[in-house]
Amino acid sequence: MAIETTPGADRIQPVGGEPGGPAETRAWWRRPAVHTGLLGAVIGYLIGNWLGWLVQSTSGNFAQGLSDTRDWPVVLGYVLGTIGWLAGLGIFNDLGRLMVGKPLPDIEHAPVGGLAKYFRYTLDHKVVGIQYLFGMITYFLTGGLFAMAIRTELLSPTYHVLSPSAYLMVVGEHSTMMMMMMSSVILGPFGQYFAPLMIGSKRMAFPRLEALGFWLTPPAYVILLSGILWNGFPTGWTGYAPLSLQASPGMDSYAVAFGLMGISMILAGFNIIVTYINYRAPGMRWSRLPMFVWSMFTVSFLQVLAVPVLIAGFYILISDRTAQTAFYANQLGGSSYLYENLFWFFGHPEVYILALPGFGVVSEILPVFARKPLFGYKVSAAGMFGVALLSFFVWQHHLFDSGINPDMRPLYMLTTELISIPTGFIYLVALGTLWKARIRFSVPMLFALGMYFNFLIGGISGVFLSDVPADTTEHGSFFVMAHFHYTIMGGLIFAFFAGLYYWLPKMLGYEMNKTLGKIHFWTMFIFFNSTFLPLFALGMMGMPRRVFEYARNLQTLNDWASISSFLLGGSILIFLINFIWSTGFARVKAAANPWNARGLEWQVSSPPPPQNFAHIPVALSGPYEYGVKDAPPVADLNPPVGVVSAAYAGAGTEA
Amino acid sequence: MSHADAAVRTSDGARHGLRMFLIWLPLAIVADLLIWFAWYPHMPPGRMTDQAQGQQFDIAVMAVLAAPVLLFVWVYFAYALIVWRHRPGDEGDGPPIHGNTKVQATWITATAVIVLGLFVFGTVQLIVPAGAGAGEGPSPIWKPNTSNLLQVQVIGQEWAFTYRFPQFGGMESTTLMLPLGQQVEFHVTSLDVIHSFWPYQLGVKADANPGVDNVAYAKPQELGSFTVRCSELCGIWHGAMFNYGHVVTPAAFQAWARGIQAREARLGVLAALPRYALTYDPTVIPQLGKDLVKVAGITGANGYYYPSLFQSGDPGDPVSP
Repeated sequence: MAIETTPGADRIQPVGGEPGGPAETRAWWRRPAVHTGLLGAVIGYLIGNWLGWLVQSTSGNFAQGLSDTRDWPVVLGYVLGTIGWLAGLGIFNDLGRLMVGKPLPDIEHAPVGGLAKYFRYTLDHKVVGIQYLFGMITYFLTGGLFAMAIRTELLSPTYHVLSPSAYLMVVGEHSTMMMMMMSSVILGPFGQYFAPLMIGSKRMAFPRLEALGFWLTPPAYVILLSGILWNGFPTGWTGYAPLSLQASPGMDSYAVAFGLMGISMILAGFNIIVTYINYRAPGMRWSRLPMFVWSMFTVSFLQVLAVPVLIAGFYILISDRTAQTAFYANQLGGSSYLYENLFWFFGHPEVYILALPGFGVVSEILPVFARKPLFGYKVSAAGMFGVALLSFFVWQHHLFDSGINPDMRPLYMLTTELISIPTGFIYLVALGTLWKARIRFSVPMLFALGMYFNFLIGGISGVFLSDVPADTTEHGSFFVMAHFHYTIMGGLIFAFFAGLYYWLPKMLGYEMNKTLGKIHFWTMFIFFNSTFLPLFALGMMGMPRRVFEYARNLQTLNDWASISSFLLGGSILIFLINFIWSTGFARVKAAANPWNARGLEWQVSSPPPPQNFAHIPVALSGPYEYGVKDAPPVADLNPPVGVVSAAYAGAGTEA
Repeated sequence: MSHADAAVRTSDGARHGLRMFLIWLPLAIVADLLIWFAWYPHMPPGRMTDQAQGQQFDIAVMAVLAAPVLLFVWVYFAYALIVWRHRPGDEGDGPPIHGNTKVQATWITATAVIVLGLFVFGTVQLIVPAGAGAGEGPSPIWKPNTSNLLQVQVIGQEWAFTYRFPQFGGMESTTLMLPLGQQVEFHVTSLDVIHSFWPYQLGVKADANPGVDNVAYAKPQELGSFTVRCSELCGIWHGAMFNYGHVVTPAAFQAWARGIQAREARLGVLAALPRYALTYDPTVIPQLGKDLVKVAGITGANGYYYPSLFQSGDPGDPVSP
């Protein structure tokens, strides 16, 4: 082999994008960013509102007399306001350039920019990931404040702080905001940020769709919160008709906001599927993909297949509320079962959209801190696929008491119980990985272990709910509430914090404070369990969900849960202090690979360079080969001349 | 790797496995004994009906099965975290075990057997006490083995439950009295939005859907009072939508029901009530003088049940189908 005298001279150069025009160099206030977006939103809202009144007043006696006269203006205002926001952000600019035949700006060699890039429509997946991180934390904290308001009301067995309608408003805002946030809390920040890094790619397949996906979340947040102006919506996050048809325009804000989040989920899902299939580096076989990538891959399929049903359901809901159709009005020929089916056909895969990313994160973290290969790699991936597939066949277990299809109950009982088999794979993998390991109790590892602990309780209580006779007692009670908070908060959010402590050094380049991190973990772990464990008992003792009024003998347990929830809020405050302190003030520079991990994302600097990799890497072995003697490094970051092009050429001829 | 190494590792593994087993076994036995003999007899909501009893049995059996599984994982985690924790100064990695076919096959088989067993058990429990107290819709397929049924119609509306007894002239009551030892057939329906009829101690839960007759069964076997709550979010006063019922002796029930029937007949209530039917359409307004007059616009009433055209004094144009 010849010794190279001028390194890099004859290497494969990064494959650039399309031939591009010059990057924009105008003054900041003339470039599209959040401020022009806001302007567009206001203009769009005003136009939509005006259009709505126009529709209202010209559609004659029919619509005037029958509908809530504000639904048209409100819905059109929200929709056109969102479009105006996107237009103001410059999301349609490239489309316009294409239409008039102008060259597109060169994305790949655009100037890196400072803080301002986080406030505009930036196409770098690393920027989008960090935008998502801050966006989702905002969602989480807002939803958490609503949760504490709920627990404040439940301090007393009758209503005292919030009026009944304010209580329902708070319940609806908390639940919907959390559901919207949870479906993106890992896929957004970590999925977008690490999807290309983990597979050795320089970019996502569709950077514009990716950024659009993020920029739909701020209007969704604002629109959902604007429901407060209409006194909220009385239905909780499920939005059951016909209650939703009676509700004030707050219901429109629910449907539009959740729908926008749904579009964002579909876009993210498509992007990730296409990226993983087409943008893997040479040598990055399916059997070498990290578990986190597998979880994102399966979740993306769920999003792409399930969320359109939700959007269809909301579309029908909005047309019932505005154009006076009667799809969900039983007495006018519609059916409330239609909504229940549409909603839960989305809603149950949604539950696994929340669970699978958590599995992915903890499976990714466990081998690093156990210093062992992942036990049963194929079992783990099969578990994720099994969960994803079965999740489409269980939705009627939400309707066990609804009166629909009683003869189908054994079937849905079976499918629901079957799903615990692939979920069990995730635990098998964890147990096998811990066998004779060298377990390091870092903060991410603590959160991952906490996730396994909590999710086990959540999962096993789910088996009780899948059994129709037991479900008759537990359905619609606090038992269900406790169950899904254990899987979502105890599972997904613990996994989110595991991922945050694990990956934040890579994303922002700063280390999180370890002592505060451990305090955060232990307080959160203890007070989470102390908040939600009593709720199982409350459900068994007959407390229905979403009530402000409960039997007096349940007050002690409720007060216990409420006080614990305030302490849990304090724990989140510790996290917030740590986050702000570590990234804003202390700013301890993180090493490129602080955890001594084998993952490809750790082989580049912290934070990664703008193009991720100087050269397209060639994957040489799997990411979990800890303790394997003579295991090759995970990838060759400076592959010899010709390897990459040969790989691509080979791939081309094989296909 | 030499054979000696492999032998050492196997026996080492067996030793860890045995230790875990010895920690787990007494814990699992104690937990199961506690569940069955300490918790199960006192499990809420008691055994006021055959349905409630069946549900308690289901929950207890599943808890007996679940506790050892839960403890197995917890004991394993605790053992691993203590025994295989990282010791200071040891910078080495763990043994490179990528999987173990025997362990994986055992795990998958065991979970599959448990799950399929639970499915068979749950299905039997669903069929035998007639649908397990869950609402079975208008044409129930799991029925009690008797034709001597007391029919009780449960009407949910925002925000109250009322009960009609078709076998007592269709009389209506806001308290629910049930006779001891009598098989009851609940017909649950709603006048407006979806509610859910949940007489907690009776072990019955059936959604009240507008325009749908949802049937559920229960047979009271203990005297006492019970609480009825709405367990489906139905609007502002959902939290206050509860009332009480009592299981009384058959003689007391007959006296109560006939008494109410006679009083309602005397006061003209029975004549004023809509004819007994399995579902009702509150948009039918008999006062308008037609048999079937639908007030359109139930959908967009801004929280008011009837639309604004009544408030303005203009009767508008009700649509007559």
